[in-house]
Amino acid sequence: MNVTYRRPRGLTTPGVGAKQAHTPGRVLARRRRIAGAAFVLPVAVFLAAFFVYPIVRATVLSTQDWTAKSFVTGQADFVGLGNYTKVLSNSLFGSIVWQTVQFVLLSLVAQFTIGLALAVFFTRRFPLSSTFRSLILLPWLLPLVVSATTWRWMFDQRFGIVNAALGSQIGWLSDPKHALSAVIITNIWLGIPFNMVLLHGGLQAIPDTLYEAAALDGAGPWRAFRSISWPLLRPVTSVTLLLGLIYTIKVFDVIWVMTKGGPANSSHTLATWSYQLSFVDLKFGLGAAVSQVTVLIALVFGLVYIRAQRKETLS
Amino acid sequence: MSTTTLLPARRRRSSGRASTALAALICALMLFPLYWMVNVSLTRPEDLIANPPHVFPSRPTLAGYELAFQTQLPNLVTSIVIGIGCVLLTLAIAMPAAYGMSKLNAPGTGAILFLFMLAQMVPGITLVMALYTIYDKLGLLNSYAGLILADATAAVPLAVIILRAFMLQIPDELLEAAQLDGLGRLRTFISIVVPLSRNAVVTAALFAFLFAWADFLNANSLTTGNSIVPFTVGLYRYIGSQTTNWNGVMATAVLASVPATVLLIVAQRYVAAGVTAGAVKD
Repeated sequence: MNVTYRRPRGLTTPGVGAKQAHTPGRVLARRRRIAGAAFVLPVAVFLAAFFVYPIVRATVLSTQDWTAKSFVTGQADFVGLGNYTKVLSNSLFGSIVWQTVQFVLLSLVAQFTIGLALAVFFTRRFPLSSTFRSLILLPWLLPLVVSATTWRWMFDQRFGIVNAALGSQIGWLSDPKHALSAVIITNIWLGIPFNMVLLHGGLQAIPDTLYEAAALDGAGPWRAFRSISWPLLRPVTSVTLLLGLIYTIKVFDVIWVMTKGGPANSSHTLATWSYQLSFVDLKFGLGAAVSQVTVLIALVFGLVYIRAQRKETLS
Repeated sequence: MSTTTLLPARRRRSSGRASTALAALICALMLFPLYWMVNVSLTRPEDLIANPPHVFPSRPTLAGYELAFQTQLPNLVTSIVIGIGCVLLTLAIAMPAAYGMSKLNAPGTGAILFLFMLAQMVPGITLVMALYTIYDKLGLLNSYAGLILADATAAVPLAVIILRAFMLQIPDELLEAAQLDGLGRLRTFISIVVPLSRNAVVTAALFAFLFAWADFLNANSLTTGNSIVPFTVGLYRYIGSQTTNWNGVMATAVLASVPATVLLIVAQRYVAAGVTAGAVKD
C-alpha cells in the first residue's frame, strides 16, 4: 500500500479521485454494483420493514374500524372512507385545524424572525462569539420532555416564574384561553436554535466582498441587509421555513407533556389529537385517519421543499 | 425588533466588547429556562411554594437529587441501554449502506435517499400507531428490541446521510490500491473505509444515542406498565403523580440533560453539522 495514502487528514480534498483515467471495464463496474447491493441490503430491508410497511399499515388502519376490541379479536371491519367522514364531521375538527394553523404559523414566524436576528448578530466578529453561539444550541439538544417539564413548572399558575415576573395570575396551562399560547411560546423557544444555525450557515456563505463594495458605495447596515443578505439568503430562507413547517406540524412531545392537548381540547393540534384518538380513546382507525391528514400536509410542503432544493442545485 | 441586531457588520471589530456583552445577555435569556431547571432542582420543597419564587437557591439542598436517584435511577439506566442498542443497530445498518451508496454505486441509492427525505416528513405519530398494531401481533410491545428498532427509524437516515457525505470524499485511488493489494470489499470496508470515517462515525453515533435518549413518543406508546420505563416516560409520569416534589422532578430533568450537555462540549464542531445534515442536499 502506498505510503502517501496513509494520511487520513489529507483525504478531505473532494473530487481527487473522481475521474479515473483508466476505467476498469464494464465487468468490474457490474461487480462493484453487485457488491454495493450487498452493502445496501440491510438498510433496504430495515426501511421496508420499519418505514414503508408501517406507512402502508397506517393507511390501511385509517380505513378500518380498529378499536380496543380489535386487539383481542385481531379483526377490524373495512369502512372505506368512513373514518375520514367521521373525523371531518366531528365538532372538534374545525377548532383543532384552526389551533394547528395558529400553532404552526405563530411558531414559524417567531422562530424564524428571532433566529434570523441572532444569525445576523453572530456574523459579527467578537471575543467568545462561537462559544455563545454554541451555547444557544443547548435547548435544541435537550430531550423535549425535559424542556417541556421545565416550562410546565415555569407556567404554573400559583408558583411559576412567568406569572411572578408579569405580576399576573394567568392560568397558562389550566385556562382554555391561554393553554395554546403557552405551548406556542415554548415551541418558539425550542425552534430558535435550529433557525439560527441554518440561517447563520447561509449568511457565512455570502462573500465578504459584496459587503465591502456596498460599504464603499455608502450603503448603511440596514441597506446592506436588505439588498445583499436578504436576497442572497433566499434559498436558505425557503429551506429553513419549509423544514420548520414540516417539523412544527409533527410536534407532539411538548404539547403532550405540558397540556395533553387540554384543557377542554384547547391546545390540541392535529398531531396530538390523532394521538389522543388512538392511544387514549383507543380508536386507532379514527386516529390513523387524522394522522393521514397531517402526513398529507407534510408531504405537500415536502414536495415544495424538494423542488426548492432542486432549483437551488440548478442555479 | 431593533435594527442594531440586524447589522450585517461582520467586518467591524470596533464594537467587540459591546457585542460580547450583548451576546452574553442573549445567551442568558435563551438559557434562562435551563437555569431555572437547575435552580428549582436545588430548592427545598417548602421554598418552592414561595411567592414570589426564589430567583437564587438561597438555601440549596440536594434532597431533590436524592429523590431523583431513588425513584428515577433505574429509568436512566434503561434509557442508556436503549441508547446504546440504538447506536449499535444504527451503525451496523448505516455504515455499510453509506459505503455502498458512496463508493460502490449501489443500485437503489437514489430511491433510498428519497425515502430518507420522506422519513423526515412523515410524523412519528403515524409510524408509531402502525408499529403498535404490528408489534402487538409480533409480541414486540414492552420489549427493548421493539423500542430500539423504533428509535432507529429516526437515527438511521441521518446516520447514512452524515456517513455517506464523508465517505464520498475518500479518494477512489485509495480503495483501488487496497484492492490491488488483494483486499476484498469487506476487508477494504472494515480496515480502511471505517477507520478513515472515524469522525463521521462518532457524529452519527452521538446523534443516534441522543435520538434514543430523548425519545418519548415511542417509549410512551410501545410500552405499558412498569416493565420498561425510560426516563422520559418516568419523568412524564412523575409530573403526573407528584405536584409537591418539583425539586425531584427538576433534579431528574437536570440528570437527563447531562448527555446532551456533554455532547455539546465534546463534539461542538459536529453538532452544527448534524443540525444542517438533514437540510442540505448531497
